[in-house]
Amino acid sequence: MSPSPLAGGGWGKGTTVDLNRFSRVGDYQWRIEPHGSMRVPGVIYADQALIEAMDDKVYEQVVNVASLPGIVAGSFAMPDAHWGYGFPIGGVAAFDPDLGGVVSAGGVGFDISCGVRTLHTGLARSDIEPVKMELAETLFQRIPAGVGSTGTIRLSGEEMEAMLSGGAQWALERGWGRGADLERTEEHGRMAGAEPDKVSERAKKRQRDEMGTLGSGNHYLEVQHVVKVFDERIARAFGIRAGDVVVSIHCGSRGLGHQIGTEFLRDMAVEAAQHGITLPDRELACAPIHSATGRAYLGAMRAAINCALANRQILTHLTREAFAAVIPGAELTLLYDVSHNTCKVETHTLDGKARRLHVHRKGATRAFGPGHPELPEALRGVGQPVLIGGSMGTGSYILCGTEESEQRAFSSACHGAGRSISRHEALRRYKGRSVVDELAARGIIIRSPSMRGVAEEAPGAYKDVGAVCEAADKAGLARLVARVEPLVCVKG
Amino acid sequence: MPASSRWEHFPHGADIGVRGFGASPAEAFEQAALAMTAVITDLELVQPQQAVQISRVCPDREILLTEWLNALVYEMATRHMLFGRFRVSIDGPHLAGVAEGERVDAARHHPAVEVKGATLTQLQVARRPDGTWVAQCVVDV
Repeated sequence: MSPSPLAGGGWGKGTTVDLNRFSRVGDYQWRIEPHGSMRVPGVIYADQALIEAMDDKVYEQVVNVASLPGIVAGSFAMPDAHWGYGFPIGGVAAFDPDLGGVVSAGGVGFDISCGVRTLHTGLARSDIEPVKMELAETLFQRIPAGVGSTGTIRLSGEEMEAMLSGGAQWALERGWGRGADLERTEEHGRMAGAEPDKVSERAKKRQRDEMGTLGSGNHYLEVQHVVKVFDERIARAFGIRAGDVVVSIHCGSRGLGHQIGTEFLRDMAVEAAQHGITLPDRELACAPIHSATGRAYLGAMRAAINCALANRQILTHLTREAFAAVIPGAELTLLYDVSHNTCKVETHTLDGKARRLHVHRKGATRAFGPGHPELPEALRGVGQPVLIGGSMGTGSYILCGTEESEQRAFSSACHGAGRSISRHEALRRYKGRSVVDELAARGIIIRSPSMRGVAEEAPGAYKDVGAVCEAADKAGLARLVARVEPLVCVKG
Repeated sequence: MPASSRWEHFPHGADIGVRGFGASPAEAFEQAALAMTAVITDLELVQPQQAVQISRVCPDREILLTEWLNALVYEMATRHMLFGRFRVSIDGPHLAGVAEGERVDAARHHPAVEVKGATLTQLQVARRPDGTWVAQCVVDV
């Protein structure tokens, strides 16, 4: 088959979804009735404007995921869903291993356990403003960011194994954190079931000098201030007030996770036929949970989750050191740490029966509601903090898991804004230096090793994260708690 | 360089597609690799100071393209290098390649973004009606 000149489609070139193919359930739920090889319905949570702007590939991918073996309840997409690799980004799907359920490397993504953590600083904006430039410079000097940057930590073979098994708990044992950090991290900072021996030597080599690095692209470290509180009661439980300064870190499992994703995507694609799995598209590559490849992937992926948790913990330590150097006595405590590219075994109740399911969240944030036993006591009364990153100029949101969320999509919510234009188009429209100057005029200091990177990540290159979070709130996926805006952004 | 050899990017919802054209699959692979470097930096900024040998085996020619690109991603990440010149030969399932480049210099290369991996999305290695070849896939950044 010869390719069309623009087989890629995408913004302005691909077609958007046809709303006639959905049955609408209320204002924020769009249902695709099972047809063809679909085993369950597809459900997209969005308002009309958001779904109308979605690429038709999102529809196609939601339908394809619904056809995979062992899927239960539905193939879900969050309000920020966009065209991904097999699974849509913003996709949530749960599989029952005893019904032939599968695990998919594409359903987790290359940046395994990419996520966001937010720290309280105990400071107000007025404390930051006089030292903002110095703080920006100090953070930029101390946080390795960008292509080719390396950390100062070199892991021996034994230490690498310990990190892959221990996650943030390992980092604490090495002195990079405090005990209280762990209870504010998913899985208590350590993903159980990690199997470092299922992680290839190439993946380990790729990580050798990348511990404690931010990465590039849409990854960042931001000093932010709370500009709006939507829900006073939950904000109080989270320890957030209008005017507070917080720090948010967005990054993942670095080269190790990328290499694991790469290798298992290939292995699953090559082996699918052997497992009797007919893939509507090769990129949906998956393996039965009970197969050797499925088990190996789960062991390696969990090790990569630990790598991401350890990495964000080390970055937290570096951030604390930077703050201490500029504002002596500043105390940074962890609000919460979420991961938005994972597959986790969780108990969910379906038709009155508790079932252990492998829940894939690809660009979707876990959003446990109030009372969930996984949550630390201080948060159990209100629900899990759901941390959503926006673009560097617009702002980010803090939401909270709801009781209804469990009924919607296995307690899941959105994860970010998503791009509105391609990197290429952003580069054509924006100059990095101008973006930096314009944001500086608005009081937002950007530090990045790459002006081209800044241009590609310009605020105008992203969709409106506010609309995404509002739709998540209205759809009952998570409740809006606060909006934060950046003061300083260190960009990779 | 034959006139049929060239590369381009194509859009994808979150990331970017790389596409190479050439008189043979090997040339198309070389051009796809140039397109991948161009995601990271301007090609003319990369000096061919050091050569790295790459060898991959895969009976599926499309998967072989991702193997080639992913081998380059791995070498870039572990050697902290960027590559600006490529030579590929393909013999059945065997690919032998040489990538020439230099160590990343953030001040000179202004690397915009690192490539995490080549995906199976929009993956295609095919002969076009005019007899030339195209090799393409989306890369995750």
